Amino acid sequence: MSDDMYREVILEHAKYPHNFGTLEDASVSHEELNPLCGDKVRIDVLIADGVIADVRFSGRGCAISQASASLLTDELRGMPVEQAKLYSKDDLLELIGIPLSKNPTRLKCALLSLKALKAGLYGVGHIRDDDEL
Amino acid sequence: MTTLTQFDVLAIRREFPILQQEVNGKPLAFLDSGASSQKPRQVIDCLEDYYKRYNANVHRGVYKLSEEATFAYERARGKVARFIGAASQREVIFTRNTTEALNLVAYSWGGANLQPGDRILLTIMEHHSNIVPWQQLAQRTGAKLDYLGIDGEGRLRLDELDQKLSERTKLVALTHQSNVLGTINPVRAIADRAHAVGAVVVVDGAQSVPHMPVDVQALGCDFLAFSGHKMCAPTGIGVLWGRRALLEAMPPFLGGGSMIKVVELEQSTYADLPARFEAGTPAIGEAIALGAACDYLSEIGMEAIHGHEVELLAYALERLSAVEGLTLFGPRSVEQRGAAVSFTLDGVHPHDVAAILDGENVAVRAGHHCTQPLHRQLDVPATTRASFYIYNTHEDVDRLAAGLEKARRMFA
Repeated sequence: MSDDMYREVILEHAKYPHNFGTLEDASVSHEELNPLCGDKVRIDVLIADGVIADVRFSGRGCAISQASASLLTDELRGMPVEQAKLYSKDDLLELIGIPLSKNPTRLKCALLSLKALKAGLYGVGHIRDDDEL
Repeated sequence: MTTLTQFDVLAIRREFPILQQEVNGKPLAFLDSGASSQKPRQVIDCLEDYYKRYNANVHRGVYKLSEEATFAYERARGKVARFIGAASQREVIFTRNTTEALNLVAYSWGGANLQPGDRILLTIMEHHSNIVPWQQLAQRTGAKLDYLGIDGEGRLRLDELDQKLSERTKLVALTHQSNVLGTINPVRAIADRAHAVGAVVVVDGAQSVPHMPVDVQALGCDFLAFSGHKMCAPTGIGVLWGRRALLEAMPPFLGGGSMIKVVELEQSTYADLPARFEAGTPAIGEAIALGAACDYLSEIGMEAIHGHEVELLAYALERLSAVEGLTLFGPRSVEQRGAAVSFTLDGVHPHDVAAILDGENVAVRAGHHCTQPLHRQLDVPATTRASFYIYNTHEDVDRLAAGLEKARRMFA
């Protein structure tokens, strides 16, 4: 199982994450906490003309949550906000390409950045359930 | 040490059906008994026997099945009482788990005895189950919490006792053995000091009762809480032991059937111990199986079990110390600690450590282990923990060390 999970692309993104950092002039900024392990991901989004002009993530976490945030932020740059709001859990799981359907605990790690993004874009305090993603 | 040479770990392993399975040709190295232990055939059979042969409610029917279930349930209480050296089996209250046992003391004893300004002394190494019920009690009563700190090796700062224990301290709650650091606390010495100022002493025995001889008289505490599922018994059954005089003076916790003498429209009178604290139908089969677990562990011998675990611990500390980038928490000496080892590995998140070990069929726990205040003090967000029990071997430790080397290489 771990060899499927830690494919080369995941390890690369975990070790050398893309878009790691913060944006001082962010239009939207939101942090989500994984209470199971105390890991945190914050997403900063800069919106211009209804499009995500820039995006950064920061925080701490396992390889899965860091790689997932790295891949997601790559995907988001240049995406219309309305499209990003509809970006689904399944879209992200397909993007990171790890079989997690039987791993409810690690699924939370993988979805942490998407939770932060959605809660930020929709302007809600917190998304409780992964099924709402 | 004749008990050690008699300790036949391979024979013990054969009694645990779950250990006979392999994943990808690799046997299970189960190093998470601190969270919940595996169950031997004797316990599984006992549970099955109850449900197949004499399942019925207790203290109710006069028919044969109910009589047999009641007899077995009460006999299990006697086994638990003997297992921990209780003066009477009336002092043994069956609960769901350690958490419920601690909440029972907090609501019942705490609610009746604490006043605004009173103080409750805890330690920074407590599990959330031995913190949150006291926080809630403090909020209800206006009492205040104090915490005993730890030194660099994860041992309690006994030098702080003079400052933190006073005439205002009404209750001291501490763990016998830390679930993260492995530290075995000097309960007797602390209990004597606490009693000298008139405080009641509550001990969380979840991590000690399954692993070493525990005698409540020698321990010197007033309440002891522990869980069945960490000591080879099923989930859903735990124990609160308390001194009879204290229990008898306490108001009931949960109200309902079984815990009453006479129920009238406006009020009721309550049953004697232990029924007074066992409202509703209890976990009957699980309690009987806890009795079977006490028999099973006693037959091996708690001294022998502790000896086996200390030997494994010493080997694990030696092997893990040799892993580059690995930081161990807890006492260096095996004299003051039980068989749980928590650590961090530079550059590899504990979740990833645990997942990579899982790929080798080595089961460990990663996270804060329900001890957020302790992890804040250790200044790490999470750790990986390996915990050992009667069925673990040197080979399990070797596979742990090999898996950690693999994790280190993957993230290098």
